[in-house]
Amino acid sequence: MRRTQVQARLNGADVDFLCEPRQSLLEILRDELGLTGTKEGCSNGNCGACSVMLNGRLVNACCVLAVETDGADILTIEGVADGDQLHPLQQAFLEEAALQCGICTPGFIIAAKALLEREPDATEERIRYWLAGNLCRCTGYDKIVKAVQRAGVQMKGSAS
Amino acid sequence: MTAAEKPSYRVIGTRPIRPDGVEKVTGKALFGADARPAGLVYGKVLRSPHAHARILSIDTRAAEAFPGVLAVATARDLPAASDEVQALGETAVNLKELSDNVLASDRVLYRGHAVAAVAAASVHVAEEAARRIRVEYEPLPVVLDVREAMLDDAPLLNERLLTRSMGKTISDRPSNVASKVQFVGGDVEKAFAEADAVVERHFTTKMVHQGYIEPQTATVQWNPDGEITVWATTQGAFACRGQLAEVLRRPASTIRVIPMEVGGGFGGKTPVYLEPVAAILSRKSGRPVMLTMSRSEVFEATGPTSGTSIHVKLAASGGRLTAAQLDLAYEAGAYPGSSVSAGAMTMLAPYDVENFKIDGYDVVVNKPKTAAYRAPGSPAAAFALEQAVDELARAIGADPLAFREASSSREGTRMVNGMPFPRIGHEECLRAAMESAHYRSPIEGPNRGRGVASGYWFNAGMQSSVTVAVNTDGTVNLVEGSSDLSGTRASLAMQLAESLGIEYSQVRVTVADTDSVGHNDVSGGSRTTFATGLAVHQAALDIQQQMRTRAAKLWGCAEDEVVYEAGSLRCTTDEAKTLTFAGMAAQSARTGGPINGRASLLARGAGGAFGTHIADVEVDPETGKVQVLRYTAVQDVGTAIHPAYVEGQIQGGAAQGIGWALNEEYYYDDDGRLANASFLDYRMPTALDLPAIDTVIVEVPNPGHPYGVRGAGEVPIVPPLAAIANAIADATGHRFSDLPISPRRIVETLHHLE
Repeated sequence: MRRTQVQARLNGADVDFLCEPRQSLLEILRDELGLTGTKEGCSNGNCGACSVMLNGRLVNACCVLAVETDGADILTIEGVADGDQLHPLQQAFLEEAALQCGICTPGFIIAAKALLEREPDATEERIRYWLAGNLCRCTGYDKIVKAVQRAGVQMKGSAS
Repeated sequence: MTAAEKPSYRVIGTRPIRPDGVEKVTGKALFGADARPAGLVYGKVLRSPHAHARILSIDTRAAEAFPGVLAVATARDLPAASDEVQALGETAVNLKELSDNVLASDRVLYRGHAVAAVAAASVHVAEEAARRIRVEYEPLPVVLDVREAMLDDAPLLNERLLTRSMGKTISDRPSNVASKVQFVGGDVEKAFAEADAVVERHFTTKMVHQGYIEPQTATVQWNPDGEITVWATTQGAFACRGQLAEVLRRPASTIRVIPMEVGGGFGGKTPVYLEPVAAILSRKSGRPVMLTMSRSEVFEATGPTSGTSIHVKLAASGGRLTAAQLDLAYEAGAYPGSSVSAGAMTMLAPYDVENFKIDGYDVVVNKPKTAAYRAPGSPAAAFALEQAVDELARAIGADPLAFREASSSREGTRMVNGMPFPRIGHEECLRAAMESAHYRSPIEGPNRGRGVASGYWFNAGMQSSVTVAVNTDGTVNLVEGSSDLSGTRASLAMQLAESLGIEYSQVRVTVADTDSVGHNDVSGGSRTTFATGLAVHQAALDIQQQMRTRAAKLWGCAEDEVVYEAGSLRCTTDEAKTLTFAGMAAQSARTGGPINGRASLLARGAGGAFGTHIADVEVDPETGKVQVLRYTAVQDVGTAIHPAYVEGQIQGGAAQGIGWALNEEYYYDDDGRLANASFLDYRMPTALDLPAIDTVIVEVPNPGHPYGVRGAGEVPIVPPLAAIANAIADATGHRFSDLPISPRRIVETLHHLE
């Protein structure tokens, strides 16, 4: 099948790749670009394990065609830490024991980051509502919600 | 236990960050589908559209001729498997049936049953080619319901299947009933005749899925010399290897299974589905082949847990439970092997009931072969029993927790198999629940109600092997083989640090492949922190002994004059002679070479455990929606090595149980088509559906473990089904005896009652 060239920004760096029209962004990230931190749980937009930021919007990478991303700015879990400095959300997930198996963790961190950057004061109810697009089967969500609250406090503190 | 009785530990009971944590929050951790061996190609499995059919022919020529196709596999490529049973954690598997389940030979037994597979450079090409395989089927009658499958005139899945019980064949004509278990004690008839109150009710539950977020995936490279490498997402690399060796008829030593991180298992990642198929495709194509299931394949073709039909009759006399007559029928799925015997054995475990008769039936139906799911068999049994117990408590006007306490099992109570319980903690859980702020708070308001329930799980021991290398700088490397599903690298490293008297930060842990560590059974049965922890402790004692021997030589004293304590060696006859752990480690080369501790064991003394849950709900009579307002889970874990990870286990188990109670079910049409094979329609709880789940950790140490560990993972899924149902009964005045208690069921039932 004929492949199309796509140029985009990925985690702050220019990237270009060839893709078939039927390939999702998720497939390109994982299989062509080697960024396997974005996970596949269902490939139909129901679980949120492949959450990434596309031009500042939270999306499921499985529901975006790679050819749509020409000229786009993409952030994946690999771009969340600043060098060896973990993002407050990553640190909070560790300290609050907010992961068990860890497969949903990258998606939750991306989704929570999208929320906290808009609403660092998000209430528990708001966090639960926002994260309802991400499924976790291990934790029962309690420790994830607490980690997001903790990171929110910290992000606000470092912003002011 | 009270704080005063609890031994004081240095590392156990603290909450350090897990060794694999940073990799998992940065996206660097490699899960099953993240394996990328050089030359990797992809495959796709063709599955049966019929729930029951004879395969008349398979024509793969068009697929083989499809551009880009590298290999095609069918059951003809598999060697004939032996008709024997292999232990697999908490379940067992017949290898012939396993082989037939991996690729159907002459008959498909459920929709989604694998029939053929294709490998190609791209998964899209493999998928297109697989569609070109022509399979001729002769559809057969379908049976889906467990009680219908038990009828004399039911369609048969296997014309050779005779009912077995206690190792003997007990039927003379084939049926769908693969086996029967029975436990009898006391005089049930007499007890019912003399009872103050009797409750009798029938319950049903539907098949539900573990719902791990990572789909099954397998990558296999079969080299021309017959060496096979497997990148697997499995709860047990050795169980994976063993099944693969048997299905492929290859020596175990030629197969290396590399355990990737596991994206959730809950029992479901113990059987193999894709590995043998990927192996065949690799042998035929000469390339490493990755097979990954879609989410609908996971639902349709991996093992959920049984749907059940359970009849309960209970009696109370003198304010306590005195008799139980129980009849359990569990769906095994396409091949025998449901969790009915565990259901039958756990059902009465919380109570000391003198008179009982329990019958259990393992029944095949045209649905996927069931697999273990967290405390397999126990949640459905508890759903039935704990509702009947609740009803009985109401009938005699007793508080539901007080009634349970009056009837509770304790040390010495005989289980239904006649074995006495060692020290257990059900009464402690009940008391903690009664004393909790939650239970002491009022539940008020219309359509609101409170429910409680208890549950039990055996917890398992089984086999573990570990090695511990002491480095000359005083750090240690722990090499173990238990898949880390939830933070067990941390709970094992903590036990090692405690036993050696060193810091947690001095321990590095690796979950090794099957060539690099001795045999380990699956991470299942809540056994890893207990049994592999026991191995870790023994390896630490081995190191202590080696160090004492060396110190004695260094100091010219007798070995029994050297004491190892709190991470140091000292001579009891000469106070000047002391060495720290690191000091001794530094002298390895001068005192006899490297110091390596090792242990391999079959762990005895697994500690069964109980939990008691309290649920407050509000039922909307218009929409049927149930909101869980407040939830508290009390559980005896023996000793919590890492309390935060134990809380996480309890919360996660409770969440799965709440989903099971309210929404989750395999929804089949009459032809055996699963109508809700997606996360959209198979409705697992989201963050918005659940309240914060409060946990109360009770610690009644297991006498069979040096630190008192019982295991924590499975008990918490047992009580929620009944706790929620009891709360709904309290809120609505109606007892729902069929799961799930979905909005539709509630609206229809309440409307009908009006």
